[in-house]
Amino acid sequence: MTAGTTEPIVRISDLHKSFGANEVLRGIDLDVARGEVVCVIGPSGSGKSTLLRCVNLLEVPTGGTVVVNGHEMTDPDVDIDAARRSTGMVFQQFNLFSHLSVLDNLTIAQRRVLGRSRAEAEERARANLARVGISEKENAQPGQLSGGQQQRVAIARALSMDPAVMLFDEPTSALDPELVGDVLDVMRGLADDGMTMLVVTHEIQFAREVADRVLFIDGGVIVEQGPPADVIGNPREERTRSFLARVLHTAPRAAGG
Amino acid sequence: MALTRRQRAKAWRGVQYAIVVVVVLVAAFTADWSQIGRSFFNVQVALNLMPEVFTIALKNTITYTALGFGLGFALGLVLALMRLSSVAVYRIVAAAYIEFFRGLPALLVFIGVGVAVPLAFGTILDRNLSIMIALGLVGSAYMAETIRAGIQAVPRGQVEAAQSLAMSPTKTMSFIVVPQAFRIVLPPLTNELILLTKDSSLAFFLGSTLEQQELAQFGRTALNQERSLTPVLLVGLCYLIITLPLGYLARRLERRYGSAGMPKGAEV
Repeated sequence: MTAGTTEPIVRISDLHKSFGANEVLRGIDLDVARGEVVCVIGPSGSGKSTLLRCVNLLEVPTGGTVVVNGHEMTDPDVDIDAARRSTGMVFQQFNLFSHLSVLDNLTIAQRRVLGRSRAEAEERARANLARVGISEKENAQPGQLSGGQQQRVAIARALSMDPAVMLFDEPTSALDPELVGDVLDVMRGLADDGMTMLVVTHEIQFAREVADRVLFIDGGVIVEQGPPADVIGNPREERTRSFLARVLHTAPRAAGG
Repeated sequence: MALTRRQRAKAWRGVQYAIVVVVVLVAAFTADWSQIGRSFFNVQVALNLMPEVFTIALKNTITYTALGFGLGFALGLVLALMRLSSVAVYRIVAAAYIEFFRGLPALLVFIGVGVAVPLAFGTILDRNLSIMIALGLVGSAYMAETIRAGIQAVPRGQVEAAQSLAMSPTKTMSFIVVPQAFRIVLPPLTNELILLTKDSSLAFFLGSTLEQQELAQFGRTALNQERSLTPVLLVGLCYLIITLPLGYLARRLERRYGSAGMPKGAEV
Protein backbone atom coordinates (compact mmCIF):
# COMPACT_ATOMS: atom_id res chain seq x y z
CA MET A 1 0.00 0.00 0.00
CA THR A 2 1.37 3.39 -0.89
CA ALA A 3 0.46 6.76 0.44
CA GLY A 4 -1.26 8.45 -2.47
CA THR A 5 -2.66 11.93 -2.29
CA THR A 6 -6.10 10.71 -1.32
CA GLU A 7 -4.86 8.03 1.05
CA PRO A 8 -5.00 9.19 4.67
CA ILE A 9 -1.60 9.47 6.35
CA VAL A 10 -2.96 7.97 9.54
CA ARG A 11 -5.69 5.34 9.43
CA ILE A 12 -6.86 3.99 12.76
CA SER A 13 -9.51 1.26 12.77
CA ASP A 14 -11.35 -0.15 15.77
CA LEU A 15 -8.43 0.62 18.10
CA HIS A 16 -8.60 -0.93 21.55
CA LYS A 17 -6.11 -0.59 24.37
CA SER A 18 -6.31 -2.04 27.85
CA PHE A 19 -3.96 -1.72 30.79
CA GLY A 20 -4.79 -4.86 32.74
CA ALA A 21 -8.50 -4.86 33.35
CA ASN A 22 -8.74 -1.16 32.57
CA GLU A 23 -9.89 -0.59 29.00
CA VAL A 24 -8.63 2.87 28.08
CA LEU A 25 -9.56 2.89 24.39
CA ARG A 26 -12.78 1.20 23.35
CA GLY A 27 -12.85 1.18 19.59
CA ILE A 28 -11.47 4.31 17.93
CA ASP A 29 -11.76 4.92 14.19
CA LEU A 30 -9.86 7.88 12.86
CA ASP A 31 -8.41 8.94 9.52
CA VAL A 32 -6.06 11.89 9.26
CA ALA A 33 -5.59 13.30 5.76
CA ARG A 34 -2.38 14.80 4.45
CA GLY A 35 -2.01 18.37 5.67
CA GLU A 36 -4.85 18.04 8.14
CA VAL A 37 -4.57 19.38 11.69
CA VAL A 38 -6.61 17.30 14.15
CA CYS A 39 -6.88 18.40 17.75
CA VAL A 40 -7.93 15.89 20.38
CA ILE A 41 -9.57 17.27 23.50
CA GLY A 42 -11.16 15.56 26.46
CA PRO A 43 -10.96 15.14 30.22
CA SER A 44 -7.97 13.66 32.06
CA GLY A 45 -7.91 9.89 31.78
CA SER A 46 -10.13 9.89 28.71
CA GLY A 47 -7.49 8.05 26.66
CA LYS A 48 -6.31 10.94 24.45
CA SER A 49 -2.61 10.48 25.19
CA THR A 50 -2.91 6.71 24.88
CA LEU A 51 -4.50 7.15 21.46
CA LEU A 52 -1.58 9.32 20.35
CA ARG A 53 0.99 6.91 21.76
CA CYS A 54 -0.64 4.04 19.88
CA VAL A 55 0.02 5.85 16.60
CA ASN A 56 3.81 5.46 16.89
CA LEU A 57 3.51 2.33 18.99
CA LEU A 58 4.93 3.71 22.21
CA GLU A 59 1.90 1.82 23.46
CA VAL A 60 1.06 -1.47 21.78
CA PRO A 61 -2.65 -1.63 20.97
CA THR A 62 -4.66 -4.54 22.34
CA GLY A 63 -6.83 -4.66 19.25
CA GLY A 64 -7.49 -2.95 15.94
CA THR A 65 -5.07 -1.61 13.34
CA VAL A 66 -3.00 1.52 12.94
CA VAL A 67 -1.59 2.37 9.52
CA VAL A 68 0.77 5.31 9.21
CA ASN A 69 2.01 6.46 5.83
CA GLY A 70 1.53 2.98 4.39
CA HIS A 71 3.16 1.14 7.30
CA GLU A 72 0.87 -1.07 9.32
CA MET A 73 2.23 -0.32 12.80
CA THR A 74 0.16 -3.08 14.38
CA ASP A 75 1.53 -5.83 12.10
CA PRO A 76 3.66 -8.02 14.42
CA ASP A 77 6.29 -8.39 11.67
CA VAL A 78 6.56 -4.70 10.86
CA ASP A 79 10.02 -3.11 11.00
CA ILE A 80 8.92 -0.77 13.75
CA ASP A 81 12.03 1.41 13.58
CA ALA A 82 11.46 2.01 9.88
CA ALA A 83 7.76 2.58 10.40
CA ARG A 84 8.40 5.14 13.15
CA ARG A 85 10.36 7.33 10.74
CA SER A 86 7.03 8.57 9.40
CA THR A 87 6.07 10.04 12.75
CA GLY A 88 7.59 12.77 14.87
CA MET A 89 6.54 13.15 18.47
CA VAL A 90 6.58 16.03 20.94
CA PHE A 91 6.16 15.14 24.61
CA GLN A 92 4.63 16.98 27.51
CA GLN A 93 7.93 16.79 29.42
CA PHE A 94 10.05 17.72 26.32
CA ASN A 95 12.39 14.74 26.88
CA LEU A 96 15.41 16.39 25.34
CA PHE A 97 18.50 14.18 25.65
CA SER A 98 20.02 15.70 28.74
CA HIS A 99 23.62 14.65 27.99
CA LEU A 100 23.68 16.26 24.54
CA SER A 101 23.85 19.85 23.38
CA VAL A 102 20.89 21.31 21.52
CA LEU A 103 22.56 20.75 18.15
CA ASP A 104 23.47 17.14 19.02
CA ASN A 105 19.90 16.52 20.16
CA LEU A 106 18.85 17.37 16.62
CA THR A 107 21.60 15.51 14.79
CA ILE A 108 21.96 12.23 16.68
CA ALA A 109 18.96 10.43 15.19
CA GLN A 110 19.55 11.94 11.75
CA ARG A 111 23.05 10.50 11.76
CA ARG A 112 22.43 7.20 13.56
CA VAL A 113 19.04 6.36 12.06
CA LEU A 114 18.91 8.08 8.68
CA GLY A 115 22.65 7.78 8.08
CA ARG A 116 23.11 11.42 7.19
CA SER A 117 26.61 12.88 7.36
CA ARG A 118 27.40 15.20 10.22
CA ALA A 119 27.52 18.18 7.89
CA GLU A 120 24.16 17.37 6.34
CA ALA A 121 22.56 16.65 9.71
CA GLU A 122 23.83 19.92 11.14
CA GLU A 123 22.56 21.85 8.16
CA ARG A 124 19.07 20.41 8.64
CA ALA A 125 19.30 20.93 12.38
CA ARG A 126 20.19 24.60 11.98
CA ALA A 127 17.39 25.12 9.48
CA ASN A 128 14.89 23.63 11.93
CA LEU A 129 16.26 25.57 14.88
CA ALA A 130 15.75 28.72 12.82
CA ARG A 131 12.23 27.58 12.03
CA VAL A 132 11.36 27.40 15.74
CA GLY A 133 13.20 30.66 16.41
CA ILE A 134 15.95 29.37 18.64
CA SER A 135 19.09 29.39 16.47
CA GLU A 136 21.21 31.21 19.03
CA LYS A 137 20.97 28.31 21.49
CA GLU A 138 22.51 25.56 19.38
CA ASN A 139 25.46 25.05 21.72
CA ALA A 140 23.44 25.22 24.93
CA GLN A 141 22.74 22.22 27.13
CA PRO A 142 19.05 21.40 27.59
CA GLY A 143 19.26 22.18 31.31
CA GLN A 144 20.20 25.78 30.49
CA LEU A 145 17.00 26.43 28.55
CA SER A 146 13.57 27.48 29.74
CA GLY A 147 10.72 25.03 29.35
CA GLY A 148 9.39 26.89 26.33
CA GLN A 149 12.79 26.85 24.66
CA GLN A 150 13.22 23.16 25.41
CA GLN A 151 9.87 22.38 23.86
CA ARG A 152 10.72 24.33 20.73
CA VAL A 153 14.00 22.42 20.47
CA ALA A 154 12.00 19.19 20.87
CA ILE A 155 9.77 20.24 17.99
CA ALA A 156 12.81 21.04 15.86
CA ARG A 157 14.34 17.67 16.78
CA ALA A 158 11.24 15.82 15.55
CA LEU A 159 11.07 17.95 12.38
CA SER A 160 14.69 17.17 11.54
CA MET A 161 13.66 13.60 10.75
CA ASP A 162 11.26 14.84 8.05
CA PRO A 163 8.20 13.06 9.46
CA ALA A 164 4.99 12.69 7.48
CA VAL A 165 2.90 13.42 10.55
CA MET A 166 3.69 15.21 13.81
CA LEU A 167 2.20 13.95 17.08
CA PHE A 168 1.89 16.43 19.94
CA ASP A 169 1.15 15.04 23.41
CA GLU A 170 -0.04 17.98 25.53
CA PRO A 171 2.97 20.02 24.43
CA THR A 172 2.21 23.07 26.58
CA SER A 173 0.86 21.42 29.73
CA ALA A 174 4.19 21.47 31.58
CA LEU A 175 5.01 25.07 30.67
CA ASP A 176 4.77 28.20 32.73
CA PRO A 177 1.82 30.24 31.41
CA GLU A 178 3.98 32.99 29.93
CA LEU A 179 5.93 30.45 27.83
CA VAL A 180 2.93 28.73 26.27
CA GLY A 181 2.43 31.35 23.55
CA ASP A 182 5.85 30.82 21.93
CA VAL A 183 5.29 27.10 21.56
CA LEU A 184 1.77 27.54 20.20
CA ASP A 185 3.09 30.10 17.70
CA VAL A 186 5.59 27.54 16.41
CA MET A 187 2.83 24.95 16.06
CA ARG A 188 0.60 27.45 14.31
CA GLY A 189 3.46 28.08 11.86
CA LEU A 190 3.78 24.36 11.16
CA ALA A 191 0.07 24.08 10.50
CA ASP A 192 0.25 27.04 8.11
CA ASP A 193 3.10 25.27 6.27
CA GLY A 194 0.82 22.31 5.66
CA MET A 195 2.25 19.87 8.20
CA THR A 196 -0.04 16.98 9.11
CA MET A 197 -0.59 17.23 12.86
CA LEU A 198 -2.34 15.21 15.52
CA VAL A 199 -2.46 17.32 18.67
CA VAL A 200 -3.63 16.26 22.12
CA THR A 201 -4.18 19.51 23.95
CA HIS A 202 -5.97 21.41 26.66
CA GLU A 203 -5.58 24.63 24.66
CA ILE A 204 -9.17 25.06 23.52
CA GLN A 205 -8.40 28.43 21.98
CA PHE A 206 -5.57 26.93 19.94
CA ALA A 207 -7.83 24.10 18.77
CA ARG A 208 -10.49 26.59 17.79
CA GLU A 209 -8.08 28.70 15.71
CA VAL A 210 -5.78 26.12 14.16
CA ALA A 211 -7.55 22.77 13.95
CA ASP A 212 -9.24 21.57 10.77
CA ARG A 213 -11.06 19.06 12.91
CA VAL A 214 -11.60 18.66 16.64
CA LEU A 215 -12.15 15.32 18.36
CA PHE A 216 -13.76 15.16 21.76
CA ILE A 217 -12.81 11.91 23.49
CA ASP A 218 -14.29 10.65 26.73
CA GLY A 219 -14.28 7.19 28.25
CA GLY A 220 -12.13 5.79 25.45
CA VAL A 221 -14.46 6.62 22.57
CA ILE A 222 -14.82 9.56 20.20
CA VAL A 223 -17.90 11.31 21.54
CA GLU A 224 -18.05 14.04 18.94
CA GLN A 225 -15.95 15.33 16.07
CA GLY A 226 -16.10 17.97 13.41
CA PRO A 227 -14.90 21.46 12.57
CA PRO A 228 -13.96 23.51 15.64
CA ALA A 229 -16.84 25.89 14.99
CA ASP A 230 -19.20 22.98 15.63
CA VAL A 231 -17.48 20.91 18.31
CA ILE A 232 -16.22 23.87 20.32
CA GLY A 233 -18.53 26.60 19.14
CA ASN A 234 -21.75 24.64 19.15
CA PRO A 235 -21.35 21.13 20.62
CA ARG A 236 -24.13 18.64 20.05
CA GLU A 237 -23.33 16.28 22.92
CA GLU A 238 -24.03 17.07 26.55
CA ARG A 239 -20.70 15.57 27.63
CA THR A 240 -18.83 17.90 25.28
CA ARG A 241 -20.75 20.89 26.53
CA SER A 242 -20.10 20.15 30.19
CA PHE A 243 -16.39 19.49 29.51
CA LEU A 244 -16.00 22.77 27.62
CA ALA A 245 -17.93 24.63 30.28
CA ARG A 246 -15.54 23.31 32.91
CA VAL A 247 -12.30 24.10 31.03
CA LEU A 248 -13.37 27.39 29.60
CA HIS A 249 -14.82 28.50 32.89
CA THR A 250 -11.84 27.73 35.10
CA ALA A 251 -9.26 29.45 32.91
CA PRO A 252 -8.63 30.35 29.31
CA ARG A 253 -5.80 27.80 29.52
CA ALA A 254 -6.60 24.68 31.48
CA ALA A 255 -4.11 23.37 34.01
CA GLY A 256 -1.79 20.63 32.79
CA GLY A 257 -2.63 17.00 33.37
CA MET B 1 16.11 20.93 88.39
CA ALA B 2 14.52 20.85 84.99
CA LEU B 3 16.80 21.73 82.07
CA THR B 4 15.52 23.08 78.82
CA ARG B 5 15.99 20.96 75.75
CA ARG B 6 18.79 23.23 74.63
CA GLN B 7 20.59 23.02 77.94
CA ARG B 8 20.29 19.25 77.97
CA ALA B 9 21.80 19.03 74.48
CA LYS B 10 24.64 21.29 75.53
CA ALA B 11 25.37 19.28 78.65
CA TRP B 12 25.35 16.01 76.72
CA ARG B 13 27.80 17.36 74.19
CA GLY B 14 30.04 18.51 77.05
CA VAL B 15 30.10 14.92 78.36
CA GLN B 16 31.03 13.61 74.92
CA TYR B 17 33.97 16.01 74.61
CA ALA B 18 35.14 15.12 78.10
CA ILE B 19 35.16 11.38 77.27
CA VAL B 20 37.20 11.95 74.12
CA VAL B 21 39.74 14.10 75.99
CA VAL B 22 40.14 11.46 78.71
CA VAL B 23 40.67 8.66 76.19
CA VAL B 24 43.26 10.65 74.28
CA LEU B 25 45.13 11.63 77.44
CA VAL B 26 45.20 8.08 78.79
CA ALA B 27 46.47 6.80 75.44
CA ALA B 28 49.09 9.54 75.24
CA PHE B 29 50.45 8.93 78.75
CA THR B 30 50.46 5.15 78.65
CA ALA B 31 51.95 4.81 75.16
CA ASP B 32 55.68 4.34 74.79
CA TRP B 33 56.35 7.26 72.50
CA SER B 34 60.04 6.59 72.01
CA GLN B 35 59.19 3.05 70.95
CA ILE B 36 56.53 4.30 68.54
CA GLY B 37 58.97 6.85 67.16
CA ARG B 38 61.65 4.23 66.55
CA SER B 39 59.20 1.80 64.97
CA PHE B 40 57.03 3.98 62.82
CA PHE B 41 58.96 7.14 62.12
CA ASN B 42 62.43 5.85 61.40
CA VAL B 43 63.70 8.22 58.73
CA GLN B 44 66.68 6.03 57.87
CA VAL B 45 64.40 3.07 57.15
CA ALA B 46 62.13 5.24 55.06
CA LEU B 47 65.10 6.49 53.05
CA ASN B 48 66.25 2.90 52.51
CA LEU B 49 62.97 2.19 50.75
CA MET B 50 63.30 5.11 48.35
CA PRO B 51 62.73 5.27 45.51
CA GLU B 52 61.53 1.65 45.12
CA VAL B 53 58.37 2.23 47.13
CA PHE B 54 57.27 4.62 44.40
CA THR B 55 58.96 3.32 41.26
CA ILE B 56 58.06 -0.32 41.90
CA ALA B 57 55.39 -0.77 44.56
CA LEU B 58 53.16 2.22 43.91
CA LYS B 59 53.55 1.78 40.17
CA ASN B 60 52.59 -1.90 40.35
CA THR B 61 49.56 -1.24 42.54
CA ILE B 62 48.32 1.33 40.04
CA THR B 63 49.05 -0.96 37.10
CA TYR B 64 47.27 -3.97 38.60
CA THR B 65 44.29 -1.88 39.63
CA ALA B 66 44.01 -0.31 36.20
CA LEU B 67 44.15 -3.72 34.49
CA GLY B 68 41.51 -5.15 36.81
CA PHE B 69 39.26 -2.11 36.58
CA GLY B 70 39.46 -2.08 32.78
CA LEU B 71 38.37 -5.68 32.46
CA GLY B 72 35.88 -5.42 35.33
CA PHE B 73 34.25 -2.35 33.83
CA ALA B 74 33.87 -3.92 30.39
CA LEU B 75 32.53 -7.18 31.84
CA GLY B 76 30.34 -5.26 34.27
CA LEU B 77 28.70 -3.32 31.45
CA VAL B 78 27.98 -6.51 29.51
CA LEU B 79 26.57 -8.17 32.64
CA ALA B 80 24.41 -5.16 33.45
CA LEU B 81 22.92 -5.23 29.95
CA MET B 82 22.36 -8.98 30.27
CA ARG B 83 20.59 -8.45 33.61
CA LEU B 84 18.20 -6.04 31.87
CA SER B 85 17.74 -8.17 28.77
CA SER B 86 14.35 -9.46 27.74
CA VAL B 87 15.99 -12.85 27.14
CA ALA B 88 15.53 -14.93 30.29
CA VAL B 89 18.71 -16.97 29.77
CA TYR B 90 20.87 -13.83 29.71
CA ARG B 91 19.23 -12.55 32.87
CA ILE B 92 19.72 -15.82 34.74
CA VAL B 93 23.34 -16.30 33.66
CA ALA B 94 24.24 -12.73 34.62
CA ALA B 95 22.45 -12.96 37.96
CA ALA B 96 24.19 -16.25 38.80
CA TYR B 97 27.59 -14.83 37.86
CA ILE B 98 27.05 -11.72 39.96
CA GLU B 99 25.83 -13.63 43.01
CA PHE B 100 28.76 -16.06 42.70
CA PHE B 101 31.62 -13.59 42.41
CA ARG B 102 30.12 -11.04 44.75
CA GLY B 103 29.79 -13.69 47.44
CA LEU B 104 33.34 -15.05 47.21
CA PRO B 105 36.24 -13.45 49.05
CA ALA B 106 38.60 -11.93 46.50
CA LEU B 107 41.37 -14.15 47.86
CA LEU B 108 39.51 -17.29 46.73
CA VAL B 109 39.16 -15.83 43.25
CA PHE B 110 42.91 -15.25 43.13
CA ILE B 111 43.46 -18.86 44.23
CA GLY B 112 41.06 -20.00 41.56
CA VAL B 113 42.84 -18.10 38.83
CA GLY B 114 46.33 -18.83 40.12
CA VAL B 115 45.88 -22.53 40.89
CA ALA B 116 42.75 -23.91 39.31
CA VAL B 117 43.31 -22.52 35.82
CA PRO B 118 46.88 -23.91 35.47
CA LEU B 119 45.68 -27.25 36.84
CA ALA B 120 42.70 -27.45 34.54
CA PHE B 121 44.29 -26.22 31.34
CA GLY B 122 47.90 -27.13 31.93
CA THR B 123 49.17 -23.64 31.20
CA ILE B 124 50.37 -20.95 33.50
CA LEU B 125 48.91 -17.63 32.49
CA ASP B 126 51.01 -14.53 32.25
CA ARG B 127 51.13 -13.02 35.73
CA ASN B 128 49.70 -9.63 34.74
CA LEU B 129 46.95 -11.41 32.82
CA SER B 130 46.10 -13.51 35.88
CA ILE B 131 45.89 -10.42 38.07
CA MET B 132 43.74 -8.70 35.48
CA ILE B 133 41.38 -11.67 35.29
CA ALA B 134 41.10 -12.16 39.05
CA LEU B 135 40.52 -8.48 39.82
CA GLY B 136 38.28 -8.17 36.76
CA LEU B 137 36.08 -11.06 37.89
CA VAL B 138 35.70 -9.59 41.36
CA GLY B 139 35.21 -6.01 40.18
CA SER B 140 32.79 -6.85 37.38
CA ALA B 141 30.29 -8.44 39.77
CA TYR B 142 30.06 -5.26 41.81
CA MET B 143 30.23 -2.89 38.87
CA ALA B 144 27.48 -4.78 37.01
CA GLU B 145 25.01 -4.03 39.79
CA THR B 146 26.10 -0.39 39.96
CA ILE B 147 25.81 0.10 36.21
CA ARG B 148 22.45 -1.68 36.13
CA ALA B 149 21.11 0.70 38.77
CA GLY B 150 22.43 3.62 36.71
CA ILE B 151 20.74 2.40 33.55
CA GLN B 152 17.46 1.98 35.40
CA ALA B 153 17.77 5.49 36.81
CA VAL B 154 17.69 7.06 33.32
CA PRO B 155 14.21 8.56 32.97
CA ARG B 156 11.75 6.59 30.87
CA GLY B 157 11.04 9.69 28.78
CA GLN B 158 14.57 9.58 27.38
CA VAL B 159 13.96 6.10 26.00
CA GLU B 160 10.57 7.11 24.59
CA ALA B 161 12.09 10.14 22.90
CA ALA B 162 14.72 7.93 21.28
CA GLN B 163 12.07 5.44 20.17
CA SER B 164 9.94 8.23 18.74
CA LEU B 165 12.97 9.22 16.65
CA ALA B 166 13.00 5.67 15.25
CA MET B 167 16.15 4.65 17.12
CA SER B 168 16.44 0.88 17.54
CA PRO B 169 16.79 -0.58 21.05
CA THR B 170 20.54 -1.06 20.49
CA LYS B 171 21.05 2.51 19.31
CA THR B 172 18.89 3.84 22.13
CA MET B 173 21.04 1.96 24.62
CA SER B 174 24.37 2.97 23.05
CA PHE B 175 23.75 6.63 22.33
CA ILE B 176 21.17 7.71 24.89
CA VAL B 177 20.80 5.43 27.91
CA VAL B 178 24.34 4.21 28.61
CA PRO B 179 26.01 7.64 28.28
CA GLN B 180 23.50 9.07 30.76
CA ALA B 181 23.82 6.07 33.07
CA PHE B 182 27.58 6.62 33.27
CA ARG B 183 27.11 10.12 34.56
CA ILE B 184 24.84 8.76 37.24
CA VAL B 185 27.19 5.97 38.32
CA LEU B 186 30.51 7.83 38.13
CA PRO B 187 30.65 8.47 41.88
CA PRO B 188 29.83 4.88 42.92
CA LEU B 189 32.20 3.56 40.23
CA THR B 190 34.96 5.58 41.83
CA ASN B 191 34.24 3.69 45.02
CA GLU B 192 34.64 0.39 43.16
CA LEU B 193 37.98 1.65 41.90
CA ILE B 194 39.11 2.39 45.44
CA LEU B 195 38.00 -1.07 46.59
CA LEU B 196 39.90 -2.67 43.70
CA THR B 197 43.00 -0.66 44.61
CA LYS B 198 42.99 -2.40 47.95
CA ASP B 199 42.11 -5.81 46.50
CA SER B 200 45.14 -5.54 44.24
CA SER B 201 47.21 -6.38 47.34
CA LEU B 202 46.11 -9.98 46.83
CA ALA B 203 48.42 -10.18 43.82
CA PHE B 204 51.07 -11.48 46.24
CA PHE B 205 49.28 -14.80 46.09
CA LEU B 206 50.37 -15.33 42.51
CA GLY B 207 54.01 -15.05 43.59
CA SER B 208 56.22 -12.19 42.65
CA THR B 209 59.76 -11.15 41.99
CA LEU B 210 61.08 -8.04 43.66
CA GLU B 211 60.14 -6.07 40.57
CA GLN B 212 56.55 -7.29 40.70
CA GLN B 213 55.73 -6.41 44.28
CA GLU B 214 52.86 -4.09 44.86
CA LEU B 215 52.49 -1.84 47.91
CA ALA B 216 51.19 -4.29 50.51
CA GLN B 217 53.71 -7.01 49.76
CA PHE B 218 56.49 -4.49 49.44
CA GLY B 219 55.56 -3.24 52.89
CA ARG B 220 55.53 -6.72 54.41
CA THR B 221 58.89 -7.64 52.90
CA ALA B 222 60.45 -4.41 54.11
CA LEU B 223 58.89 -4.93 57.53
CA ASN B 224 60.80 -8.20 57.90
CA GLN B 225 64.05 -6.92 56.45
CA GLU B 226 64.23 -3.65 58.31
CA ARG B 227 62.68 -4.92 61.56
CA SER B 228 60.75 -1.68 61.68
CA LEU B 229 57.13 -0.69 61.25
CA THR B 230 58.06 2.38 59.24
CA PRO B 231 57.43 0.62 55.89
CA VAL B 232 53.86 -0.05 57.00
CA LEU B 233 53.30 3.63 57.59
CA LEU B 234 54.97 4.53 54.31
CA VAL B 235 52.94 2.02 52.32
CA GLY B 236 49.75 3.15 54.02
CA LEU B 237 50.49 6.71 52.96
CA CYS B 238 51.02 5.51 49.39
CA TYR B 239 47.54 3.96 49.36
CA LEU B 240 46.16 7.28 50.51
CA ILE B 241 48.09 8.99 47.70
CA ILE B 242 45.95 6.94 45.32
CA THR B 243 42.61 6.89 47.10
CA LEU B 244 42.34 10.44 48.46
CA PRO B 245 42.43 12.07 44.99
CA LEU B 246 39.95 9.46 43.76
CA GLY B 247 37.59 10.30 46.60
CA TYR B 248 38.01 13.98 45.82
CA LEU B 249 37.34 13.31 42.15
CA ALA B 250 34.20 11.34 43.05
CA ARG B 251 32.82 14.20 45.12
CA ARG B 252 33.53 16.67 42.33
CA LEU B 253 31.83 14.51 39.74
CA GLU B 254 28.91 14.02 42.08
CA ARG B 255 28.47 17.76 42.37
CA ARG B 256 28.77 18.21 38.66
CA TYR B 257 26.39 15.45 37.59
CA GLY B 258 24.52 15.27 40.86
CA SER B 259 21.18 16.02 39.26
CA ALA B 260 22.07 13.65 36.42
CA GLY B 261 21.74 16.55 34.01
CA MET B 262 17.98 16.54 34.29
CA PRO B 263 16.52 19.29 32.16
CA LYS B 264 15.25 22.30 33.99
CA GLY B 265 11.49 22.43 34.22
CA ALA B 266 11.21 18.69 33.63
CA GLU B 267 10.53 17.82 37.24
CA VAL B 268 7.22 16.07 37.47
